Amino acid sequence: MSASSDKALTAGDYIGHHLVHLQNKKQTTLIDFSVINIDTIFLSITLGILGLFFMWRVAKTVHSGVPGRMQAAVEMLLEMVDSQAKGIVKNAESRKFVGPLALTVFVWIFLMNSMDLLPVDLAHSILAVTGLDSKIEYFRPVPTADLSATLGMSCGVLLVCLFYNVKIKGFGGWAHELFSAPFGDKWFLYPINFLMQMIEFAAKTVSHGLRLFGNMFAGELLFMLIALMGAVGFGSATGIFLFIGHIFAGTGWAIFHILIVTLQAFIFMMLTLVYVGQAHDHH
Amino acid sequence: MENVLGFVALAAGLIIGLGALGACIGIGIMGSKYLEAAARQPELMNELQTKMFLLAGLIDAAFLIGVGIAMLFAFANPFVLK
Repeated sequence: MSASSDKALTAGDYIGHHLVHLQNKKQTTLIDFSVINIDTIFLSITLGILGLFFMWRVAKTVHSGVPGRMQAAVEMLLEMVDSQAKGIVKNAESRKFVGPLALTVFVWIFLMNSMDLLPVDLAHSILAVTGLDSKIEYFRPVPTADLSATLGMSCGVLLVCLFYNVKIKGFGGWAHELFSAPFGDKWFLYPINFLMQMIEFAAKTVSHGLRLFGNMFAGELLFMLIALMGAVGFGSATGIFLFIGHIFAGTGWAIFHILIVTLQAFIFMMLTLVYVGQAHDHH
Repeated sequence: MENVLGFVALAAGLIIGLGALGACIGIGIMGSKYLEAAARQPELMNELQTKMFLLAGLIDAAFLIGVGIAMLFAFANPFVLK
């Protein structure tokens, strides 16, 4: 916990302290693009490089015949993503890009999500041990529990969808579709069609990013609450049941969260494929 | 001020409670359909299971977004006047 405070931390303070990002300056308005969450960027880039390096290592030493364990695991992963991509995106030309995109999205989000399984105070303990405590007071270890990260990824998927819309249908064809689908090609329906298409794009992108954020944020917060339960139980003699309870609750929630971590990465990947596949559909 | 805090506490409870209601009923209906389909055509069980997990994630989405917002209200309350 914070080594610099003299008064006792209340429960709200503990949670509040753990919810602040390492930012370059404080956020004053609701949408401020000059505020950068340094911990999110640092961790997401590091985990991305780690994932890429791991896949590259396995790809370099791939050999036919009996595969090693690493190669078998990566092959299973590849087969899963490939079968999903083949089922959803029918265009083989697009699959050359979208397939690897889906794999990247899955591996990267899985790595970022699994940072949630580390102990809650681990980041702060490492900072305290290495003495960086005075400079870095806040650090959030889960990049996908940051709305900026998840919405950024879903905006990237939106851009890919827009690109494929224009590529497959042509700019004129796509513009025509924006005004004539889903209700029909009558001139008086044009405004309604356009409105519906805009709402569809916005809702898909926002829900895509918010779903991942909500799952990870709620999971992280629950871990913090369980840690708080343990801390409170540890401090008092009568709180021993809280401490025992915190061990059971923590174990149970961590095991369930392993499922959530994988599932959310899988869902993000599947929806990426589905949205890009929808960009190939003609109305 | 206490009024605002009381209302925010109530709001957080309603968000989580009503969201859980919707999510649980949805998952229940979807799960029962899956079991029925698996009983009719056991060879499709694995394929449908993949799709079922995907749908479970989609159904839980709005609920978990609501939980995120409710937690935000509970711990980093934007309605509190500084």
